[in-house]
Amino acid sequence: MTSYGDTKKARIDALAEAGSLSDDEGVSLWRSAWLRLRKDPVFLIGAAIVTAFVLLAIIAPWIAPHDPAARLLIGEVSRQSNPVPEPRPGFPLGADDRGRDLLSRLIVGSRQTLIVGVLATLGGLIGGLTLGILAGGVGGWVDAAVMRVVDVMLSIPSLLLAFSLAAILEPSQWSVIAAIAIIQVPIFARLLRGSMLSQRHSDHVLAARALGVRPIPIVFRHMLPNAIGPVIVQATLVLAVAIIDAAALSFLGLGNPDDTRPEWGQMLGAAQPYFNSYPHLAFYPAICIVTVALGFTLMGESLREALDPKSRR
Amino acid sequence: MLKFVIRRVLQMGLALFMLSLLLFAWLRALPGGPVSALLGERGSPEAAADLRRQLGLDQPLPVQYVRFVQRALDGDFGISTGVFRGQPAIDIFLTRLPATVELSIFALAIALTLAIPLGYIAARRRGGVLDTGLVISSLVGVAVPVFFLAFVLKYLFAVRWGLLPPSGYQTAGIDATRVTGFAVLDGILTREWDASWDAFRHLLLPAIALSSIPFAVIFRITRASVLDVMDEDYVRTARAKGLRAPVIRVRHIMRNALIPVITIIGLQVGALLAGAVLTEKVFAFPGIGQALALGFETRDYPVLQVLIMMAAIIYIVVNLLVDIAYALIDPRVRTK
Amino acid sequence: MKNRRVAIAATSAALALVLSSCAESERDDSSGEGDGASGSEDAGGAEASDATFVFGAAGAPTTFDPFYASDGETFRVTRQIFQNLVGIEPGGTEFVPELATEWESSEDGLTWTFQLQDGVTFHDGEPFDAEAVCYNFERWADQNEAGQNPSAAYYYGNDFGFGEDSLYESCTATDEMTAEVVLTRATGKFPGVLSQSSYGISSPAALEEYDANGIEVQGEGFTFPEYATDHPTGTGPFVFDSFDGTSNVTLTRNDDFWGEQAGVQEIIFRIISDETARRQELESGTINGYDLPNPVDWAGLEEAGNQVLIRDPFNILYLALNPVADPQLEDPLIRRALYHAINREELVASQLPDGAEVATQFIPPTVAGYNESIEPYAYDPEAAQDLLEEAGASDLTIDLWYPTEVTRPYMPNPQAIYDAVAADWEAVGVTINPVARPWAGGYIDGTQQSQAPAFFLGWTGDLNSADNFLCAFFCGEDNQFGTSALPFQDELQEGLRAGDAEPDEDARTALYEELNAQIMSEEWLPGLPLSHSPPAIVVGPNVEGLIPSPLTAEDFSTITLSE
Repeated sequence: MTSYGDTKKARIDALAEAGSLSDDEGVSLWRSAWLRLRKDPVFLIGAAIVTAFVLLAIIAPWIAPHDPAARLLIGEVSRQSNPVPEPRPGFPLGADDRGRDLLSRLIVGSRQTLIVGVLATLGGLIGGLTLGILAGGVGGWVDAAVMRVVDVMLSIPSLLLAFSLAAILEPSQWSVIAAIAIIQVPIFARLLRGSMLSQRHSDHVLAARALGVRPIPIVFRHMLPNAIGPVIVQATLVLAVAIIDAAALSFLGLGNPDDTRPEWGQMLGAAQPYFNSYPHLAFYPAICIVTVALGFTLMGESLREALDPKSRR
Repeated sequence: MLKFVIRRVLQMGLALFMLSLLLFAWLRALPGGPVSALLGERGSPEAAADLRRQLGLDQPLPVQYVRFVQRALDGDFGISTGVFRGQPAIDIFLTRLPATVELSIFALAIALTLAIPLGYIAARRRGGVLDTGLVISSLVGVAVPVFFLAFVLKYLFAVRWGLLPPSGYQTAGIDATRVTGFAVLDGILTREWDASWDAFRHLLLPAIALSSIPFAVIFRITRASVLDVMDEDYVRTARAKGLRAPVIRVRHIMRNALIPVITIIGLQVGALLAGAVLTEKVFAFPGIGQALALGFETRDYPVLQVLIMMAAIIYIVVNLLVDIAYALIDPRVRTK
Repeated sequence: MKNRRVAIAATSAALALVLSSCAESERDDSSGEGDGASGSEDAGGAEASDATFVFGAAGAPTTFDPFYASDGETFRVTRQIFQNLVGIEPGGTEFVPELATEWESSEDGLTWTFQLQDGVTFHDGEPFDAEAVCYNFERWADQNEAGQNPSAAYYYGNDFGFGEDSLYESCTATDEMTAEVVLTRATGKFPGVLSQSSYGISSPAALEEYDANGIEVQGEGFTFPEYATDHPTGTGPFVFDSFDGTSNVTLTRNDDFWGEQAGVQEIIFRIISDETARRQELESGTINGYDLPNPVDWAGLEEAGNQVLIRDPFNILYLALNPVADPQLEDPLIRRALYHAINREELVASQLPDGAEVATQFIPPTVAGYNESIEPYAYDPEAAQDLLEEAGASDLTIDLWYPTEVTRPYMPNPQAIYDAVAADWEAVGVTINPVARPWAGGYIDGTQQSQAPAFFLGWTGDLNSADNFLCAFFCGEDNQFGTSALPFQDELQEGLRAGDAEPDEDARTALYEELNAQIMSEEWLPGLPLSHSPPAIVVGPNVEGLIPSPLTAEDFSTITLSE
């Protein structure tokens, strides 16, 4: 460890090592983890929330009572005397400021929220994977160069970096996803690099090398699969962060302005002018975000603990 | 040790230089920018071109960067073009720094005083209802968007129950003497207790909102590291020697368990800075975070440039100090 | 470990000692508990002379010299400090005497003679006289390059202009209380322009001492001279006291004011950038009022006992069509079709506050030159479809721009307004490509550089002058409506010029009425006026005497705090 901010990195590296101690007991590690998780209430609650959320996101368009973009009650909306139509039969939560059914927007919003979360995480993962393999797999000056870039990215508080990134891009769904994905890149990169470095001198890699397997297959066939545990843990946690960060971007006006396909963070951000008079517009999406983010976090944390060899003592 | 520090400072310098380059190119890639912010709907293409020329924004980027560095060496970090027009960007940073620092210290203090004891208790009752409950609630703290938590706190304590002021740092028109710029501290130093109390009341809600994430992180680290330490040989030895439980707790468990906690505090500075952008916006709190949020809104290059750079410097320096402290405590780090 | 702890304790104790030794309360004991707005409670009745009025401002003033400003947050403060030669009637838009008691022009409209108010002194004790007036005129004209920039002396550059083409010729003090201003050409906006906040009359001594014209470009911004940051000196009912750099601007009453004394001892403009926070501060009584409350909050604010004062609409929201950005829009049939397709009645009813009106032309009804007889284009989707067909554009596709990260007095919720128009256009078969851009992050740039074919923008009038509206929209070669690509450009420019150059008021009004009719004719119609909407200002239950101004030029000296 040779640079500033070692502590942040140390944490990432510790996670990297933890998951890849598996070496020859890979199967048993996962099995023992599963045995523990099955009985862990924290994991079960998290998994239940996440499953429900994913299911909802998949079937959303079919169960939403109305088109989330249709301005059904616009005729009643008056900016001053009745800005937000009240609940009524057919519109159990009422409508938003443009007469669109709130319940339908929340239901359909689950899908867009999941898409933003998953794509941002995937983007971060792919970027991190590329850098991590370059650094950990090739080593030498490539490693040094890649890690310097990663260091610079880690030197700005990550959310601040996301704000700056979102501000230069033309605001859209993609700018939000890109901004959140990019701040995850250095974390995944470090994670993978650490994991690979710790395996470089492990028996099975040395054996493969001795047998004359070329470097690239070694990386993909022998080193990468062993790094998968910590990556899954990190990805689960990042999903939660991505959903919350998307909301933060919308709150600062840096989110996706196109709300024909609603997203919870965007709904929360758009409810800002109504915080005083119609707080429910903010409350519902906020509850959804908190629940889902909590679900992913609970899952991620219990996975982390289950995969941590230390805690198996 | 000295070598370690020198090497780290050099690396820090390099990273900051690269960052300044990136930041410079970056901010100039922003669409719109100072010219739009300055002119609004009153602009015209000629006026905009004219202004761009006067501000030197029509020059090639490298030229702009060289001019920027030259001026920076003279202590001139640019003049705000957005909401604080005419004020030097560095002054905006300096006048607002105390407010944010005081807010962050309060937030960190709240997080620490709650998280460490609770983390210890949770670890001792590992797997119990209390432990599970505490773990879940700490994770709720992470899952709630900071700005929404801030809004709910404000709505309940300030608007609904009227217990605390809804926004700001000090009551308008309060007769408080400024010494350091830290409002609570100033009140104490000058013995203007009412001013100090007033600022404290203003700080409370934003500090609670801001403490949610550091609390969760510190709680989890404390819990994990107490669990680790409890299994260590020296604790078992101490127990075998028949030392009394409180002695073991303080001298053997907590002292060792807190080492990782100290290091994590450095990292929380980053979370506090980013969280401050959101919290200060909700509470209209005149700190650096608010200036950053307004800077994004008005695309105020000079202000964003200085504030982000300073945020990075603070973050890096704090973490450097933490690492040095860590190296002092734990010699293994040095030798690596 | 133990030793280290002792060392830390010792250091911090020493630090505290050092700090406290140089820290001494500068508190003035007589002022007692400075508790903001609640300080008014002990003040009895309308003679609440020691009361403090706290106003929640949305942003910091950019400068305290109104000459270098063009934004409402600045003018709200400077209007209390400065007075102009020509004033505006309270609550209206008519010009009335202020520092000039009367004025008259020569036959050709070039020479203007101002009789000045006696017995006026500046805040620094200097007398107000004709010399002072001429000093101000000269000071305005004599700007360096930075000062001439539209982001500095915007109003002067716009109204008078600098250098060779300047409208201003000379100013002479013909006697102590008579100033004679000579112009280079006749214009309808003079002397009305002098009522704008930018032309507040400053003390010549203070201007000189604090280098008022010393504005500089530094790096990418402007630095203002000391006059503008610390020493604004006018003749108004309040004197500049202090600005703490982040949160509070304090003004105190001018006890030597020549007119009626202000009703409060002190005004504090407290800067609260967040709209939600402004409302909450008002409700918890820590501020006495704020500007531009969100219309959705009006009802709630009134229920809580506050007074929402609604100004007469003096603005316009329009949808600009720019044929330079999209040549399809050169066809008047298409422009007309797009206008007929918009249900403006519903837009106004659902998205704008009560009191908002559908616009029939590019100036609000209270401005001289408003043409009563213009028939509004009716909402008629069928006619729109027919027109599109006639133009061979039934499958019209258009980029429609709207701004994000902003609300304007004429446009409280840009996205909702976009939504309404987009839905109407889609209903007649137009395909819309929505383009959302942050206000300062590309929207202003794009719309002004003719990149946006169709976009929402508006204008709040500075003074009662048709030219102030129409010229902002249509003057020049590359205006935001891209009229240079339309056949009537020359005629339009000539109409604008002729209207402004007419010295006779009635003749001028007639010219503008005609011009408005022409602009709105089926052949011209360069853009689509949508609405005029009333901005509000809200004050707490115990505030009396605030007169809302359509120009948002409220005078806070008439305010008293009761209870």
